[in-house]
Amino acid sequence: MMTRSAAQIKIGVSAAVALLSFASLAGCRHSAPANTGLKPTAQGTALVESSGGHQVGATGTALKDPLVVQVNDDQGNAVPGALVEFHGPAGVGFDPTAVLSDSSGQATTSVALGTVSGRYQINAVTPGKNKPVSLAIEEAALDYQQRVGAILVDKYCSRCHDPESSPQRVSNYDNLEVKPHPFTDGNTLNKMSDADLTSIILHGGPALNRSALMPPYGNTLTATDVKALVAYTRAVSDPPYQPPGTIYARK
Amino acid sequence: MRSIGRVVSSAWQALFGDAVRAFGVVSLILLMTLAIAPAKDHFSQWHSYQRKYLALIRDRGDAVSLRRHLEPGIHQIWMPELGVVDRCTTCHLGLKEASLSDVTQQPFRKHPVIPHSVDGFGCVICHGGQGPATTVAEAHHSERAGEEPILPMRYIESGCGQCHQNALPGTPQLNLGRTMLTRYGCVHCHTITRPDGSKIEATDHPPSLAHIADKTTREWIFSWLKDPLAYATSTTMPNFKLSDADASDISAYLMSSSTPHAGDTIASGTKPAAAADPAAGPSLYGESFCASCHTVQNAAGNLVGGDLGPELTRIGNKARPEWLAEWLQNPRVYDATTPMPHYRFTPQQTATLVDFLLAKSDSDYGSGVHLDAATPQQIAHGRKRIVELGCAACHEINGVQKPENFAPELSTIGSKPLAQIVFLPGMEHSLSSYIVAKIGQPRAFGASVKMPQFTLTASQTDALTTALLALTARSRSMPDDLRVPEVLETNYQPAGHAGKLITELACFSCHSFNGRGGDMAPDLTWEGSSVQRQWLTSFLHNPNTLRPSLIRRMPRFNLSDSDTTELTDYILTVYQSPAIDSDFVAPTTAPEAVEHGRQLFYSKYACQACHIVDTKTDKGYIGPTLTQVGSRLTPAWIYAWLKNPQALRPGVAEPNQNMSDEDARALTAFLMSQKAPGGRGAK
Repeated sequence: MMTRSAAQIKIGVSAAVALLSFASLAGCRHSAPANTGLKPTAQGTALVESSGGHQVGATGTALKDPLVVQVNDDQGNAVPGALVEFHGPAGVGFDPTAVLSDSSGQATTSVALGTVSGRYQINAVTPGKNKPVSLAIEEAALDYQQRVGAILVDKYCSRCHDPESSPQRVSNYDNLEVKPHPFTDGNTLNKMSDADLTSIILHGGPALNRSALMPPYGNTLTATDVKALVAYTRAVSDPPYQPPGTIYARK
Repeated sequence: MRSIGRVVSSAWQALFGDAVRAFGVVSLILLMTLAIAPAKDHFSQWHSYQRKYLALIRDRGDAVSLRRHLEPGIHQIWMPELGVVDRCTTCHLGLKEASLSDVTQQPFRKHPVIPHSVDGFGCVICHGGQGPATTVAEAHHSERAGEEPILPMRYIESGCGQCHQNALPGTPQLNLGRTMLTRYGCVHCHTITRPDGSKIEATDHPPSLAHIADKTTREWIFSWLKDPLAYATSTTMPNFKLSDADASDISAYLMSSSTPHAGDTIASGTKPAAAADPAAGPSLYGESFCASCHTVQNAAGNLVGGDLGPELTRIGNKARPEWLAEWLQNPRVYDATTPMPHYRFTPQQTATLVDFLLAKSDSDYGSGVHLDAATPQQIAHGRKRIVELGCAACHEINGVQKPENFAPELSTIGSKPLAQIVFLPGMEHSLSSYIVAKIGQPRAFGASVKMPQFTLTASQTDALTTALLALTARSRSMPDDLRVPEVLETNYQPAGHAGKLITELACFSCHSFNGRGGDMAPDLTWEGSSVQRQWLTSFLHNPNTLRPSLIRRMPRFNLSDSDTTELTDYILTVYQSPAIDSDFVAPTTAPEAVEHGRQLFYSKYACQACHIVDTKTDKGYIGPTLTQVGSRLTPAWIYAWLKNPQALRPGVAEPNQNMSDEDARALTAFLMSQKAPGGRGAK
């Protein structure tokens, strides 16, 4: 009995310590830089996203491309040697968590998202001249089902639904008389129910009085595939999708 | 002493002085003893989580049904055939509750949707950790002898790989890792056997060094060995971190042991014909679609091209002109098993390409290398280092035998007990971080480690780690019926002269036939049922583009008429699909039938979304162009394809529209009416 309660006290203490350290970490976010061992040689007054924002990765894994932000001064010129720290919600990892901007003013880190699917807001912070300057960047993590959806989208859908072209993959979007909706088009897709989306995938555009340019996939994809496609669409829509579900009254 | 005795005797008197009092005290002690077990239970960690869960669901709208699902006490999933005893669901109570999808607090989160149920497979198969444990520390973090802490989420696909030996569409990371094991040649040195005992074979085709002196110079070998990436950023050759002396001696041994190859045309001193037009080089390189397999770094530093063949950015620094000319004339003279096709270039074309390729050089590369002629001792030392480093595990080298089991076997690396691992100071004690560190910095584990330095991105390292973690003892010991076997490439080899032509042209490098070959170009297993003779003959003579959006296309091979006829006959006779009705009666091409088909094409099925029939109006850019499809495909194939495309080519993106027989016949009539100009190819 004694040892158990002692252990519980121990756990309590360590939990309190963990909580405290977490709180202090959280408190750190917009205050003085943590002791990183980096010696900044300059200060910037603005942060601009260069690349690596709005990526869609898998839960718990590192994003494919590094996150790159640029430190600028008042005139918009790049500032080399400025300290940039990266912060994110619990579960997000950065390698490195703090870095000095390189000769072209850019600070690069690799981001690993947490284990819950959804959107993650990441903050890049540089101390600045007078007050810290912060830049918010959004990334998204997909769970297994959404990721299967992403793979199916890549194979069957994105050639028409994604207007972006690359030399490896020319988009068919511009060739279509009736433009398909990009899956990020939340303003349109969020208004459609899961049943509507499923029906359009299974039976093609004419099922909902839409264009026949959208063919039926009901004989090609399985029910699991279609669920995955809908889950993916919901995960990447912008503005974010709010599921209808019951709102529970709180006591 | 006496005072202690007095205290004890008075305490004895006070407690057991008379029978009634003694009975009461003994009863009390007995009750307290009996209460220990329930109290322990009550104050246990899992019990407190179950109470917290009750508090969490109390205020929710579906509290009643949630509470009905909750069974108090310790839960257990037991699967003797998999060796699973999982009590994780004792605390992880919301795993199966769809209505808890908004809860992010652990241990009550809903499990994301996966193809398997928690009851059917338990937790530790995928997540690792200690299933039977009932405290968080024991279950998640235990690293006592033989135990492994819970697996980080980034390697979760390794769980799938234990049963699924095949490539699952939903596990890209695992699939990449498995490809890397063979593509980066890991399995040349490390044996990995499948559960059935067969060995995993490498697919990277490291070049033989038996005739290396014909191909390049000792100085190039020296620079290459010192830093392969400096020559080609896309190479899979690792860096062995050799000293100058070692690199010099190894290059000396390779040059001295090299022999002229059979059918050598280099030694005879045949000079390549002089090239004429300098502008002809780039256009011949483009026309021959060299970039489908070979990559070249452009001015911006990006690699442009495929990865089937070696990078050619600095080929001029490496290749001897005579060797390059001979190689382009017929690569199989130098290397009988190369994936490179025999292009049948004219001597003039060869000279043009040689000039063009040799100009791809970097004057700074290897400029500081001056090697003195090697002494016999240095050559012997070079051989010694080659044996020590295991070069012959990948490359054929004269005078050095291919070592067997050169490096530790990795067939069950995913179950390596932590007690057998020597961790570096400051390293996390888990198998995954050990593997990552070993791949990333092998020489950090001691000066005697022979494993070379590979240059991998973080996601490549994660993928490789995932594939290695999937090689568990459980993956070998589980019942065979639980395992989904790998789809192995067949050893199909077409027969006769046509078979020899198919090998020479390296058709298998891009196309697949009967389960063997590449995936860069269409599967040709049923090609004979699909196409018309005249079209195939003219396509083999001069391939044109069927899919406008592709950048990798069929090259032209300068085939002779007799070779073309031979190949056409073979393809049309042998590659026939049993699913195609050979007695199929082609639909009438009467104008009204064609017109009906046209309407179906444009309105009901809207095929123009992906295909082009009329180049003036249609823009569909995804499927093949159908402008001359009536001269290309057979009506029986078109009909069968329209009825069910996936039946003829599994996994093809064109959806099965569940077309009626009438519609399919009308569309076939319309498509068959789309002939090549001049009526060529009409049956």
